[in-house]
Amino acid sequence: MSYLSGAGVKADPVVALTWGVLVISIAVVIIVSILLLAGIQRGRSRVAAVDIELQQVERRGNALALVYWGTAISTVVLFGALVWTVAVLAAINAPHAKPMLTIEVTGLQWWWKVRYLSDDPSRTITTANEIHIPTGQPVRVRLIGADVIHSFWIPALTGKTDTIPGQTNVTWLEAQRPGVYRGQCTEYCGEQHAHMAAFVVADTPDVFQTWWNDQLRPAAQPTTAQEVQGQVEVQFRCGACHMVRGTDAGGSVAPDLTHLMSRKTIAAGTLDNTIANLAGWIANPQAIKPGTRMPVLNLSGQEVSDITTYLQLLK
Amino acid sequence: MTILDIERRPEVAAASEASRRRLDEIWKTPPGIAGFLSTVDHKQIGIRYIITAFAFLILGGIEALIMRVQLGRPEQQLLTPEQYDQLFSTHGMTMIFLYALPVLSGFSNYLWPLLLGARDMAFPRLNAFSYWIYVAAGIFMYAGFAIGAGPNDGWFNYVPYASRQFNPGMNMDFYALGMIFLGISTSAGAANFIVTVFRTRAPGMSINRLPIMIWGTLTASAANLLVVPAVSLAFFLLWMDRQFGTHFFDVSQGGQPLLWQHLFWIFGHPWVYAIVLPAMGMVSDGLPVFCRRPLVGYTPVALSTVATMVLGFGVWVHHMFATGMPNLALSFFSGASIVIAVPSAVAVFAWLATIWSGRPVVTTAFLFFASMIVLFVIGGVSGFMTGSVPVDWQLTDTYFVVAHLHYVLIGINLFPVAGAIYYWFPKFTGRMLDEELGRWNFWTMFIGFNIAFLPMHLTGLWGMPRRVYTYPDGMGWDWLNLITSVGSFLFAFGILLLLINVVKSRRDGRLAGPNPWDASTLEWSVPSPPPPYNFAVIPHIVSRHPLWEQQLQESDARSSLDTGYLLDHGRETIATTSLDSDIDLILKMPEDSYAPFLLTVAVSALFVGLLLHWWWLAAVGGFATVGAIMIWLWPERDLGQTADAGHG
Amino acid sequence: MVEVALGRPRVPVGSIRRRGVGWWGVMMLITTEASLFVYLLFSFYYFALQTPGEFLPRHPPSLSLSLPNTAILLLSSFAVWWGDVGVRRGRQRQLVVGLAIALLLGIAFVTIQLFEWRQQSFTLRSSEYGSLFFTITGFHMAHVVAGLLILVSLLVWSALGYFAGRRSAPILIGGVYWHFVDAVWLVVFFTFYLTPYLR
Repeated sequence: MSYLSGAGVKADPVVALTWGVLVISIAVVIIVSILLLAGIQRGRSRVAAVDIELQQVERRGNALALVYWGTAISTVVLFGALVWTVAVLAAINAPHAKPMLTIEVTGLQWWWKVRYLSDDPSRTITTANEIHIPTGQPVRVRLIGADVIHSFWIPALTGKTDTIPGQTNVTWLEAQRPGVYRGQCTEYCGEQHAHMAAFVVADTPDVFQTWWNDQLRPAAQPTTAQEVQGQVEVQFRCGACHMVRGTDAGGSVAPDLTHLMSRKTIAAGTLDNTIANLAGWIANPQAIKPGTRMPVLNLSGQEVSDITTYLQLLK
Repeated sequence: MTILDIERRPEVAAASEASRRRLDEIWKTPPGIAGFLSTVDHKQIGIRYIITAFAFLILGGIEALIMRVQLGRPEQQLLTPEQYDQLFSTHGMTMIFLYALPVLSGFSNYLWPLLLGARDMAFPRLNAFSYWIYVAAGIFMYAGFAIGAGPNDGWFNYVPYASRQFNPGMNMDFYALGMIFLGISTSAGAANFIVTVFRTRAPGMSINRLPIMIWGTLTASAANLLVVPAVSLAFFLLWMDRQFGTHFFDVSQGGQPLLWQHLFWIFGHPWVYAIVLPAMGMVSDGLPVFCRRPLVGYTPVALSTVATMVLGFGVWVHHMFATGMPNLALSFFSGASIVIAVPSAVAVFAWLATIWSGRPVVTTAFLFFASMIVLFVIGGVSGFMTGSVPVDWQLTDTYFVVAHLHYVLIGINLFPVAGAIYYWFPKFTGRMLDEELGRWNFWTMFIGFNIAFLPMHLTGLWGMPRRVYTYPDGMGWDWLNLITSVGSFLFAFGILLLLINVVKSRRDGRLAGPNPWDASTLEWSVPSPPPPYNFAVIPHIVSRHPLWEQQLQESDARSSLDTGYLLDHGRETIATTSLDSDIDLILKMPEDSYAPFLLTVAVSALFVGLLLHWWWLAAVGGFATVGAIMIWLWPERDLGQTADAGHG
Repeated sequence: MVEVALGRPRVPVGSIRRRGVGWWGVMMLITTEASLFVYLLFSFYYFALQTPGEFLPRHPPSLSLSLPNTAILLLSSFAVWWGDVGVRRGRQRQLVVGLAIALLLGIAFVTIQLFEWRQQSFTLRSSEYGSLFFTITGFHMAHVVAGLLILVSLLVWSALGYFAGRRSAPILIGGVYWHFVDAVWLVVFFTFYLTPYLR
């Protein structure tokens, strides 16, 4: 989560600026500390606290110069930092090339809805919490606020931009190397603010295109009896909130499950996406993420098993 | 009826035993519960402010320690998310609103008339009123927490999460009404300070002879007068949205969530300066005493105090850098946020120069004041870093900001306050605090604080968001959090040592005498503790350091401390002109009064009625409020407010 | 060493017009209340600028009642001032009459304003404009009511003969608050009643 190991054209100038102001800051603290300690040591009175009146009060020396010089030098340094700040701000304001890809990210309590927009409506897809992008090119991110204010932050790629209801903010990011970059909501948004991670998965452009094409496929069909039973349960129990494209599960207020198994985590980064975790989550989400909008459905062990088995198909 | 204004030539006399006895008779508050509820003595009120603020400090500290246990290790389950959210919100509310300003108001209340050579504040009854309202509002705000409905949206309480749709409980109603309630106290106190400084200074104490602490509290008070209405209004609009279905913040009906942030931070940022400038003033006045020389750069420091606040009105947007603003606005507010460091630099270098050119006598108070310089600089440079927009986009809402604000608030408020307790405790009680225990106290607090909060900068740089009730293992944050938790307990132990020292020394500390530090300002010219009337005669001042004139030998003129205006026809003090402090009028001061307490009861009933929708109670409270104010303001002959006073 | 000689000028005792602390106190009150209205109007103009589409209601508040009402409020301010001139010159009857006229005009303002509220095509809850209109004019109305309570008190005290000549600080203090309430109305009036015509 440290942005100091940034990995993108947008991150690099900020990392440099951070190091710059950090070094200035540390230097200032050290200089002031030395001046303070040396000042105390230099003139320290031998008089004890109880006899303080024995130490004569007088105006010694003319130390006003220290005030003027100190302030003057501080002002010059501050002004330099300001110029650098404005330069970096201008440099990262917009990408060097027009982004080919626009992704719409919506902050919700407590997960991220991710939509890939395209001029060709048949290529629009919806997924959750994991944002796949191609490397080596800028990507525009439109940030939508849906319920309360959240803040979108992928430290290694971009600083924070809030998602605010009633307004659309736009930011951009660009990854130079393939990798998985973790991010997290950073505007306090309620009980599960702590469990609202997002991941940017950067792949080379052809791997990314393959992923996109895979996501466009409808959900896999069940074959075994248990899988069929699981699909029935999902449509009946989960379908009001979750979408599994190509089935009767058509909800849109919770993450799209059509390709659930292509994601590495569940519940916005709370758990790794393993069979055991998935079953535990479905059985009692409130125990894992108290307050989450997903209710406890009081499913029987068999039902949990059926549903989990079916969901394993959704690659 | 004859129309004759009484005028008088105030009698000039030397303080005598007889006059002291008479003044004591005039000014003293009766003992017992009657005196407790009716006193208007600024010294009693000041002490109460400080004790009450420390009670809240302890509560807020306990809340912090509970959170530090939860965060000591990853994936802890000690607290539920809701409990954690109420704890961090209540902790912020407590420290920022119920501790940080009130404790400074306490010192100012106690010290102002003594520093200024007056017998009380300009509005003694209003002074009592602002204290009672503070207590009542504090209880009101904590009542929600006590029944499990404390604030749960952080101290800055962003909408829409605070709206009814997402926050249906009473949590926000307690907080919203409580903040409006508390705002009454803050505003009344601020008005009182401003009038006191402009009207009741001793003759000769022209504006360029004011102690820096006066400048600090004056500036803070002026700011409070201008910005408290912003936050009261924000909370009122929120309450209207929640209770009456208005559409200020409700997005689906055209509301504007960012309006909340503007109103809150227009208040919030000047408020941060309001809770540090008076404390910086205490350092500017206390530190030179231990350095055995006057402050270097009085005028630059006084001007920088005012400049900080003026600039402080123009930086609120730096709390909103991530809300999607245009670059031009970002650059402007980034510039203002960086430039505001310049006046702070003036103060820092003035303190350093004072130490550098002085002969420091290292006492516990000195250690607290001097260490504050380093803590101030650390809090300052981390603020400078987050003032730079691109850096802020990475650091905001992480633990870096948590570290920053604790260096600011603890470093520039609590450390000076601790130093001020060591410095002025002898004046308050007549006894010295134990210096040896003081050393233990200081070093435990200083080391504990830095262990807790210095590594926290790294926690933030490594990406830990603030306001999370837990965090996953393996992010590299575990050991940093553990260190912080350990440090926080050490820090708390240091504060416990301070309390122990106070309790112990109150009983058997060394006797202090009027001026144990051989200090220069007027409060040290009166006995410790001061008599109810403060000054047997109103002093006449000819320099910035009335008690050091003999030692400094800077002019032949000497302030007159033992001979001055007697003013003993009832409770009286002198009013002087605003800038030059020439004698202007004899002020008649009010007697002790139950009106402030009763008015507080009435206002409390009003707020409880509004909270619970007991409209009858709100109406009763409202009428009682109006009635109490009318009785309070009824013109009194003894205060020279009616025409027939002319006969007297 | 020079001991300063303390002057012993004849100075007034107690509350005298602008020289007592009361005048300063009401100035503080006015400062903070003026800030409150600045933030209220800031909120209004913030909405006006940020709202996409039409912000004003189809039928904005009309001038038919508000314009004469504005004149009524200004006249009442004038009446307070006239009464104050009276007491300074020792004409106590003029003070009582002035205050009584001001009080009646103030009550008239409140009454007309209540009618004016009922005329509106929107309500507190119908739109964000309605919320702003009724909250801001409501805040002003609350201040008018506070001002009327002050005027009532001053009238009673004046009738009891409490004030004369320079011993009339409460008249000055209460009066300036009433002038402040009237001045605020002018800004509120401009914001809600005149700006729709300025487009």
